[in-house]
This record gives sequence, C-alpha cells and structure tokens, in this order.
Amino acid sequence: MPTLKIPTPLRPYTSGESTITLPGETVAEVLKALVERHPELKRHLLGDNGQLRPYVNLFLKEENVNQLQGLETPLTEGDTLLIIPSIAGGKEHRRDHAP
Amino acid sequence: MDSFLKINIPGGILEQIHSHCERSYPEEGAGLMLGKEEDDRRAVAYLFILENAREDAARHNRYLITAADMLAGEKEAKRLGLSILGIFHSHPDHPNQPSEFDREYALPWYSYLITSVQGGQVVDSKCWRLRDNRAGFVPEEIILTD
Repeated sequence: MPTLKIPTPLRPYTSGESTITLPGETVAEVLKALVERHPELKRHLLGDNGQLRPYVNLFLKEENVNQLQGLETPLTEGDTLLIIPSIAGGKEHRRDHAP
Repeated sequence: MDSFLKINIPGGILEQIHSHCERSYPEEGAGLMLGKEEDDRRAVAYLFILENAREDAARHNRYLITAADMLAGEKEAKRLGLSILGIFHSHPDHPNQPSEFDREYALPWYSYLITSVQGGQVVDSKCWRLRDNRAGFVPEEIILTD
C-alpha cells in the first residue's frame, strides 16, 4: 500500500502520526481513504467542491502530481506521497485583483 | 484553541522581521519562522527569509511561499534541529489584521505574524492562528524575549 507523509500542521488531525499507510491505487483513492480515517482533515485538504485546496501540493518521487496525472496519478506498492503546503495570503481582497 | 496562545520571539528576530518588511515596502514581504514547540510553549529561534514568489503586479497585496520554498525551509529547520512554527508577512498601508484571503489560504497550527507597514515604516505586528473550523483566527500573544 502507498504511504502518505503528513506535514506538521496537519498532524494534530492524525493523532500525531507523520506517516500513514493507506489503501488505494490512485492519489484520489489514497486521499479518500485518508479523510475517511481522519475526517477532521477534510476541511483543510479539500474545498467545498471536493478538489484539493490551492495550497495543498502532493509530491510523488519529487514531482508535483499536478505535473503527472493529477488526482488520477496511479500509485504502486511502496510509493510515498508527500503533502507539501504552499503558503499564500495578503492584505484585504480587492475585486479588481485576482487572488 | 483559546485566547491564551502565546509565542516567544526574541526582540532581535522581531527587528529582523520588521527590517525585511520595511525593505519590501510597498510590496509584501514574507518568510518562515523556525523554532521549537515543547509542552505547548512555542519559541521562535531563527528566520528563513524568502523572496515573495508572486508575480510583480500582485506583490503589493499578495505573497506566496511555494512548495519548493517550504521544502527548503523544512530542510533548513531539520539541519538546525528546529521546526517551521509559522509564517510572517507584511500588510503595506493596511492594518495587521488577517484578511479573508489570509483565512482562505491559511493552514491550522501555524503561527501567522502580520506586520503593518504604513508609508514604509513598521507600525506593529500581531500574531494569529487559524481556528480548527477555519471560521477565523485566534490572536496569539507575542512575548518578546532576549
């Protein structure tokens, strides 16, 4: 089964676990298994539309899965998937500027 | 999570944050705060200052720390025996309150230190943490240390 590495800010929602082995043959299936096991993680990983939040990046063998097949990227036994956040923000939103 | 959250920051490190935010003005400056958390006591020990990765036209009101930057910060923290405790960024000509955009993109657990810079001069910094339900931020008291 693939292994998922959890970054520090999300470990309070995995009972402190930093590495979790989960069933799944694609990135989407592993993520589904993760949020089923740790439901409180869902709001921090997925938006209301069920897609990954913009700051959540998943890396497989040092490649962002967005550069592979996205959530449909296949995983094999022994693969390690890393959740790496990116950080964004800024002063008050203005309608004349894209996020 | 409650209002008793505190973060210890050495005065010299807060001065470095303020200097970086003034140098970045009128754009937003940002970086990572590295340190240790033991028994719920959070203490910053080192700064990992980063270039704002947003495109030129957006740097006046947005900052971005890429996944590659975060990986580099993680490696530096590990080398120093520290962890990434949070992120600092500036709000040029704007209060040091988190914006809706800050909330939308924030992660739990991290400390978010926001520095207000008015006309190129730092006014003040405040620190915040995202609520577990993502509904808003809780203030985190900054304790200045030697």
